Amino acid sequence: MSDTVIRVDGLSKRYVIGHQRPERYTALRDVAARTVKAWMRAGADVIRGRQLIAGDDVEDFWALKDIAFEVERGDVIGVIGRNGAGKSTLLKILSRITEPSEGRVEIRGRVASLLEVGTGFHPELTGRENIYLNGAILGMRHAEIKRKFDEIVAFAEVEKFLDTPVKRYSSGMYVRLAFAVAAHLEPEILVVDEVLAVGDAEFQQKCLGKMKRVAGEGRTVLFVSHNLAAVRSLCNKGILLAGGKLVSSGSADAVIRCYGNTSTAGHEIAFAATPDRPSILSVSVDPRALIERDLVVDIAFASPRPLHTAVGGVVLRAETGEPVWGSNNRFHPSGETVRGLTSGILRCTCRRLPILPGTYHLSVWLSDWHEDLDAKLDVLTIQIGEDEANHLRPPPSALGHLDWPAMWQSTESEKATAA
Amino acid sequence: MSRSISPADQAQRLLVLEAGQTERNYWADLWHYRELFAILAWRDIAVRYKQTVIGIAWAIIRPLLTMIVFTVIFGKLAKLPSDGDVPYPVLVFAGLLPWFLLSSILTEASSSLIGNANLISKVYFPRLIVPAAAGVVALVDFSVNLAILFGLMGWYGYVPNERIVFLPLFIVFAVVASLGPALLVTALNVKYRDVRYVIPFIVQFGLYVSPVGFSSEIVPDDIRFWYSLNPVVGVIDGFRWCLLGTASRLYVPGLIASIVSAGVLLIIGVSYFRRTERTFADII
Repeated sequence: MSDTVIRVDGLSKRYVIGHQRPERYTALRDVAARTVKAWMRAGADVIRGRQLIAGDDVEDFWALKDIAFEVERGDVIGVIGRNGAGKSTLLKILSRITEPSEGRVEIRGRVASLLEVGTGFHPELTGRENIYLNGAILGMRHAEIKRKFDEIVAFAEVEKFLDTPVKRYSSGMYVRLAFAVAAHLEPEILVVDEVLAVGDAEFQQKCLGKMKRVAGEGRTVLFVSHNLAAVRSLCNKGILLAGGKLVSSGSADAVIRCYGNTSTAGHEIAFAATPDRPSILSVSVDPRALIERDLVVDIAFASPRPLHTAVGGVVLRAETGEPVWGSNNRFHPSGETVRGLTSGILRCTCRRLPILPGTYHLSVWLSDWHEDLDAKLDVLTIQIGEDEANHLRPPPSALGHLDWPAMWQSTESEKATAA
Repeated sequence: MSRSISPADQAQRLLVLEAGQTERNYWADLWHYRELFAILAWRDIAVRYKQTVIGIAWAIIRPLLTMIVFTVIFGKLAKLPSDGDVPYPVLVFAGLLPWFLLSSILTEASSSLIGNANLISKVYFPRLIVPAAAGVVALVDFSVNLAILFGLMGWYGYVPNERIVFLPLFIVFAVVASLGPALLVTALNVKYRDVRYVIPFIVQFGLYVSPVGFSSEIVPDDIRFWYSLNPVVGVIDGFRWCLLGTASRLYVPGLIASIVSAGVLLIIGVSYFRRTERTFADII
């Protein structure tokens, strides 16, 4: 008897997207012609019962293309890849939220998906009411929730606030309660998307522990994460996606190594602009400076409204997954700051980064001082410094990523004490 | 307590996901998710009456005021006849009762999917549950209104006869009649957001073309059959027949016409909803 619980074959997912063609100058005639054309197409779409798409050109976009893999019972699979690689689309198809455009998926067993913590939480309802609501949404039976109720409450540490509307919860309590419900799901196949990135470090550890126990009970888990360290410690197998295609699959370690090698996509990356909200247009790193362990990152951004203060953030993560260094111009304010920008470039310069030479993943953020507006996680993989083989130094897993010299002296101890 | 998977669980049915394939066991799935349906309905009701000052009172004030206005306009100013000796306010309220049920199911359902967009894009369940659960809220208001009607009839000393036992049948008919159009606009509203601006207009319009403020007895005989193609006519006539005793006669061909057109609308609504629901998560 084969023990395959998920079989994916030739899976593809297509979205239709629209582009606005920019014009050099605006003429009433052009605008009128374009409006009429857009109306005609909208009319045709309505008649054919299709969705409406704004833009002049319509184009197919393949979020997933021809994916095939198999999952055995009890596998814990880490799905990794950069933003836009198709990870979330894959999970959405597996959890039946959206249907594939091509291909076929066979699933044997009850699937529970956790694409977000606290799905369906209602702010007006109390913690107790939300446990039942959220549990039902995640597919638990009423009796099952009742049985685990105390356990959930204890896990979330919210006993005192059970009858308080969750809108009065602190964000930490809210997240803990939401995760506690999710953590008590007992499906045969669990699909999890990046939900461990919530709460404080201690709670994250607790969640990881819970996930490990779930995996240990012989359940099948598909786990999407940017946290390579979590993937490494949790998963026995991995799948690497890039640009909607399956690049590599196999043991978790091998796939993570492959991720480190293949995602080195140069020193510059550009993104499609979203005209309706502030966004990062491109990220670039000066390759020459990197050799000297100087990090110079340019973040180009545009916004439909002036930003109070454009705040950029950068974080370097090691290949093993944990963050090593980060900065933003809110807690490291320096240099010139122009307020009220609608577009511009934020440049971050850091001289002589005291970290070990090696490969790091760069993530960038854009904010307006008050809230995060855009984030591009692991957009560039960069080589910092030159790999100088120092065989005497234990690996970063033992000593960390900081490379900071220390002074050592040896002196002879007093003979008198020995005597 | 966490338990490991028992061998019984392992004998699982095979789920196949393919492009354009409609769910084979859709109705079984719907039954499987009945607890979710119940809890969503309960949530909608709980949220509605939390943090509201007048709460239930609003469900009372709205039909009462409408009844007074209609009685004055149609009964006193236009001097339309009632059914037999039925007091005009009772006649109007017996029409308003199903009308508010129909119109609030339509209104609540049409905005329900958009209001639950976060659920739709994060969790799978038969989407039909959401508008159906929203409709349950309308049934709660309906029961309040029904109590008012009995109060009103008591005030006028008007006692319904044994036909009242058929009332549940017509309540079911009212729900079925509103479900078809409700599902259609709900699904359309996901795709084309301007549909929601049309709904208040439909409700407004329907209030006057349906025999809410007057008795359908005054509709000329030669067009009464065609008039009954509006399913609301059949529902309201049925309610009056059940509640107003011998004074109200039932026009049977009209009732059949209403039932048939409600059935056709239901089939159209359900099939359109089912055809589009698989793409809701992509476009919501």
